[in-house]
Amino acid sequence: MGQTADVPALEARAREFRKTILRIITQAGSGHPGGSLSAIDILTALYFHHLRVDPKRPQWPDRDRFVLSKGHGCPAWYVVLAARGFFDPSHLWTLRQIGSPLQGHPDMTRTPGVDISTGSLGVGFSAAIGMALAGKRDGRPYRVYAMLGDGECQEGAVWEGAMFAAHQGLDNLTAIVDRNGLQQTGPTEERVRLDPLAEKWRAFGWDVQEIDGHDMAAVVGALARAGSATGRPAAIVARTVKGKGVSFVEGVVGFHGKALTADELTRALAELDGTPTGRG
Amino acid sequence: MTVRRAAGSRSRATRDAYGDALLDAARREPRVMALTGDLRDSTRLEAFAETFPDRFVECGIAEQNMAGIAAGLATCGKIPFVSSFAAFAPGRCYDQIRVLIAQPRLNVKLVSTHGGLTVGEDGMSAQAVEDLAMMRALANMTVIVPADATETAAVIDALVDHDGPAYVRLGRSAVPVLFDAGYRFAVGTAPVVRDGGDVTVAACGIMVAEALEAARVLAAEGLEARVLNCATLKPLDEAAVVAAARETGAIVTAEEHTVLGGLGGAVCEVVAASHPVPVERVGVRDRFGESGAPRALQEAYGLTAAEIAAAARRAISRKRRA
Repeated sequence: MGQTADVPALEARAREFRKTILRIITQAGSGHPGGSLSAIDILTALYFHHLRVDPKRPQWPDRDRFVLSKGHGCPAWYVVLAARGFFDPSHLWTLRQIGSPLQGHPDMTRTPGVDISTGSLGVGFSAAIGMALAGKRDGRPYRVYAMLGDGECQEGAVWEGAMFAAHQGLDNLTAIVDRNGLQQTGPTEERVRLDPLAEKWRAFGWDVQEIDGHDMAAVVGALARAGSATGRPAAIVARTVKGKGVSFVEGVVGFHGKALTADELTRALAELDGTPTGRG
Repeated sequence: MTVRRAAGSRSRATRDAYGDALLDAARREPRVMALTGDLRDSTRLEAFAETFPDRFVECGIAEQNMAGIAAGLATCGKIPFVSSFAAFAPGRCYDQIRVLIAQPRLNVKLVSTHGGLTVGEDGMSAQAVEDLAMMRALANMTVIVPADATETAAVIDALVDHDGPAYVRLGRSAVPVLFDAGYRFAVGTAPVVRDGGDVTVAACGIMVAEALEAARVLAAEGLEARVLNCATLKPLDEAAVVAAARETGAIVTAEEHTVLGGLGGAVCEVVAASHPVPVERVGVRDRFGESGAPRALQEAYGLTAAEIAAAARRAISRKRRA
């Protein structure tokens, strides 16, 4: 995007989004708070500074596409889509309930702004590659962004896609890896080692940046720079903290897929209200 | 509905008809694209790749990514035809088909040019005998097994205008051309290819030709068999199946596939629920294949006219006992 980012305003939004994410997951009684909080700063930068989208025309053919390949992080995405005007924020309180437009994992047939359904890890990334390929073949101006989990990079299909996108020179594609270091049952490096993760993407032919995924200025800068690589797809390996922003959730494996209790939520909201910035 | 049969004894592999049909489809519909995983030769798409290089996508040996790419292309208004062997698609990418194509009902066509035992000498790893059951189990999925080259062309032409996910299972080996050029195909219909009142043979794919031969054998014994071409396994033409049960009182199913969950399963589900009559299933008996010439495999695994005729006699005798 051409205009300068208002970083403090983005940080303030992300802080409010963190609170809403935790509230709606607790209301739902289940969901994935850890990976939602690690991703929210990047999602905020994308939707409130970077992406060319129009909530009034969710099917605008030349819109930028965003694919949440780590579909379990969707509470964060839903909160951002609602704030951006894709649907009425009142729907947030129906998350995961029967009949809700907001499913436990993203469903393109129910949720405006969701361009592809995901949930099973490793599949959404390939669909994003297909969107980027369509844009290239048709000479369309849009970019495609895919956010992957780091644990998701254990899926072989991710590397099928990485190889293909580089071979095709899909420089209209940006992959963002939410490198929070934890998967469902423990640290990624103890389950199946991923490092050196950025080197792997480089070896596959991608233009790679490594950033602090909670440093809003760095996030905004990396997203802008990713669009300038020519002939190669861009990857941003964003170092993040699972559960970022709430001391007793940060880095705790148990909060991968568990809602905060009412008491925990009260403490978390108090912490977030007292935290001056989202920076780590 | 009855259909006109072709004269003569020409043979052609359905995969050969597919390559020509998709090229024709691409000429009339610019949204059509073709994807393969290093199988442009086997899937007969070399002419497509040369004629429409911008609409051909070489995905390499990576079927999971290929299915996902197709889904992404479909969200951008394309009509992707994904071509592989049934062993690899759906075999290698079932989750992508389920989550990215079937669940969101995307307009992706999956075409397997090598299905069933008649893949032949490559042996059991390459011989999918369970793909129809896999694909039938997916909600929103249309499943079609053409009987010959003529029907294959008609199916591809129809699917270009049919919005939604579909799986088409073709074959590697030459099979008799049954239908003449005037043949019309409609998704979800099971036309009567030969009429009769003593028993019905509901067949798909290469077994339609076997069913017609079985009907000739039975006719010599004074038994008139109706032959239904159940090219569309899903949605199955339930009215045609129920009418067959009511009017002929016994049914034989015939498919180049395990008898579990494919056409035999589908017909039994309908007949049991709507008009119970004896059903005999001809197909692969819950086992895998092996290397061999296609015809030798058909003989060894009971995928023949003789087997269908024997099953018809059993079904008729059960009807008389009932």
